[in-house]
Amino acid sequence: MITVNHYMLLSAILFAIGTFGVLTRKNAIVIFMCIEVMLNSVNLTFIALSRHVGNMDGQIFVFFVMTVAAAEAAVGLALMIAFFRNRNSIDVDDFNMLKW
Amino acid sequence: MYSNLWLIPFFPLVGSIFNGLFGKRIKNEAVIGGIATGMVFLSFLVAAQNFFKLLGDTEKVHELVIASWISIGNLQINWELLLDPLSAVMIMVVTGVGTLIHLYSIGYMHGEEGYYRFFCYMNLFAFAMLMLVLGGNALVMFIGWEGVGLCSYLLIGYYYEKKSASTAANKAFIVNRIGDFGFLCGLLTLFWALASKGVWTLNFVKIAESGHLLESGGLLITVVTLCFFLGATGKSAQIPLFTWLPDAMEGPTPVSALIHAATMVTAGVYMIGRMNGLFAMAPATMMTIAIVGGLTAFFAATIGLAQNDIKRVLAYSTVSQLGYMFLAMGVGAFSAGIFHLMTHAFFKACLFLGSGSVIHGLHHAYHHAHLHDDPQDMRNMGGLRKKMPITFITFLVSTIAISGIPLFSGFFSKDEILWWSFGSTRGHWMLWVLGAAAAGMTAFYMFRLVFMTFFGEQKTDARAKDHIPESPFTITIPLMVLGLLAVVGGYIGVPAILGGANRFHHFLEPVFGHALELNHIAAHGTHATEYTLMAISVAIAIVGIFIAWVMYVKDPELPAKFVGRFTAAHRVIFNKWYIDELYDFVFVNPCKKIGTFLWRGFDVRVVDGVVNGTAWVIKGLGAGLRYTQSGYLYNYAVAMVVGVVVIIGFYVF
Amino acid sequence: MQAILFYLTAVVAILSAFFVMKCRNPINSALNLVTTFLCLAVFYVMLESPFMAAVQIMVYAGAIMVLIIFVIMLLNLGLTVKTRYTHGLAAGGILSVMVLFVANYFTRAGEATGTGGSVTSELIASYGHTELIGRAMFVDFLLPFEIASILLLVAIVGAVVLSKRKV
Repeated sequence: MITVNHYMLLSAILFAIGTFGVLTRKNAIVIFMCIEVMLNSVNLTFIALSRHVGNMDGQIFVFFVMTVAAAEAAVGLALMIAFFRNRNSIDVDDFNMLKW
Repeated sequence: MYSNLWLIPFFPLVGSIFNGLFGKRIKNEAVIGGIATGMVFLSFLVAAQNFFKLLGDTEKVHELVIASWISIGNLQINWELLLDPLSAVMIMVVTGVGTLIHLYSIGYMHGEEGYYRFFCYMNLFAFAMLMLVLGGNALVMFIGWEGVGLCSYLLIGYYYEKKSASTAANKAFIVNRIGDFGFLCGLLTLFWALASKGVWTLNFVKIAESGHLLESGGLLITVVTLCFFLGATGKSAQIPLFTWLPDAMEGPTPVSALIHAATMVTAGVYMIGRMNGLFAMAPATMMTIAIVGGLTAFFAATIGLAQNDIKRVLAYSTVSQLGYMFLAMGVGAFSAGIFHLMTHAFFKACLFLGSGSVIHGLHHAYHHAHLHDDPQDMRNMGGLRKKMPITFITFLVSTIAISGIPLFSGFFSKDEILWWSFGSTRGHWMLWVLGAAAAGMTAFYMFRLVFMTFFGEQKTDARAKDHIPESPFTITIPLMVLGLLAVVGGYIGVPAILGGANRFHHFLEPVFGHALELNHIAAHGTHATEYTLMAISVAIAIVGIFIAWVMYVKDPELPAKFVGRFTAAHRVIFNKWYIDELYDFVFVNPCKKIGTFLWRGFDVRVVDGVVNGTAWVIKGLGAGLRYTQSGYLYNYAVAMVVGVVVIIGFYVF
Repeated sequence: MQAILFYLTAVVAILSAFFVMKCRNPINSALNLVTTFLCLAVFYVMLESPFMAAVQIMVYAGAIMVLIIFVIMLLNLGLTVKTRYTHGLAAGGILSVMVLFVANYFTRAGEATGTGGSVTSELIASYGHTELIGRAMFVDFLLPFEIASILLLVAIVGAVVLSKRKV
């Protein structure tokens, strides 16, 4: 029988993989995709727990996460285009202006 | 009723603000001086109207509340004015003499730089002085008290480019601060003492009413009155705080006449008169005041004997005469003290203005001859009576008045003080001796001044001596008016023994009578004693004049011989008993040393060290920490993940 | 049967997520990400949430993925692959293992409260999942829904402004 704990473990694994990608990759778009993986793992938790407690609120929350992710994708990718125009690269190693 | 009382201080304030704001642009001296003089004259008119109304009124004490100022619990302090015979006399003196001196200044200050500034300060002074004398409670009075101190400072330092003037201004201000400290201590102690008896007030009328709550002759009242007296010594240049007044002569002569002779320096006397109920209850303080006053009169007179600067002689004479007033206050002769204050205002203002006229003339002559001699040194004068007849006559009249020759104003007031200091229940024959000796010396040095300035041969430089003019009419008119007052001013207070009614005394009765009666202060003695004393003091004065005549007219060689004989004594009094040097040694230099130590040792090392050290530590921390801000995104991401792990880990485990 | 499906899908999901992180070429990462999204949609169906599965496929696998691939193509990133495409592997590995550990422990340590809510399998079967979502969305969460629409509008404007060459 598949319990909610299975889903929890699965989503924790996906979250950790996403984190690893965010921390180690240089390509900003891949980092972005890894963030999407993390978001999806959290969505899975929400839906699993929503079914577990018998309440629709978690699923509505997932809906909003998706909305925010879509907005984030639009703005984030636009940022990347703008950055690429300036630096001709989207390596985060080149994102070094955030300092004194 | 007396509802227009507020106009009296208001007019000079308006004049001051007007000249201060627009005087620089107007540039027209007639307009500036005219407005300033006119404003003081307007307040003189209002003062006169109120004065005569009060004369005919049976009710003698009137209070006028203008606005509420401080209201805390039981304590209610208003902007309030108090008109009673004492303040009525004072406003007449201040506005009357003030008007004349303003008029005089129009001519005297002609062509000075900062003409408007002078009149702005003068009007401000008139405002502050009127607030002082009209103030209905101690706080309003204190505002005036501080205000006149400020104006005194500003006007002494009028020629601020001159080092000696700015130093003198600082000295006057700082010495006055010591006195103000005493005044404030007395005020707060009195407030506390009365409040502990359930009376929350600073109002003079209420203080007088509830003075009996305090133990008569007790420690508390003695401390309070001594503190007030310390304030008075600062403002009125008494021992030990008299050193600033002679230096204050650095200011323009009209300032010396108005502030440092006629009005401001008498504020201490007025203040004691205002609180006579409290002072009468403290015999120890009264005795201190009498002794200090007598000693000041005596010592200042000795210093006056040997000075050569015309204004300095007058300054020491002022200190000496103020000593007389304090002597009067100390022996309970309140009305005599105020009477002397008034007559002194007339003749001393006249003397100062006369000396100003002489200086003005000499300055003009030196300027004409392109010389740089000191126009204030009496050794350069002599024989001026023919050059400046009006100045001479008014000056002579005032000198006779100050010397105490019968029928002139100074005689009546001074004689009454001497009589009280001998015959009063609070008096003593030694006080009389001090006073009489001072009177003799006063007569001597004042006539020495007259003889050196106006008689004998002309010692002015030959190139300048034919160009000494008589002063213009704006200068001579005030001189004549004040000279006239110096003669007749005394007749309102002719004592009963000389067949007069002593109307002045009776006029002030409502203010002083109660305290005198309550504390059994009165002058006792037979008519024979009084006549004898009077004759002795007149004789001493005449002897003084005669010696001056012998030494400076009959045999001009005599003073030099005299100095040669008594070198040590002459040097001591010529150097003012070395009081300034003593104060420098005892107070000023140690203070400077402490200050230097605190500056070099404490401020530079400790305070600056702490501040600089803090900055240095922060700078070092910042220099170290800025490497954590690499600017790389993933470094921040790592930090964030570490934070999440730590926080959730802490929460879970 | 359900367990087999779960484990199978889970393995596929983990592997595809791993390759998202691993692939040198961003296009390959993107295609693996599509696989991950599809696997998650399968889980949503298994959790009796067919509407969420549909939205997952349409929004994520459809819209967002198209956007990402479009940008990759636009920037021509496939050809500008650098020799070194990762950094800080050791630190990232340690941290992500710790994250896994903490997250797993966190989900297990607690006990879900308020279980046994009104939404049961029978209810979903009788009403249909879409209707239940619709009721919750447009009754209880109407205001957040409207706010989300404004958020999307702002995002559109922001994207346009940012990617324009000259404002």
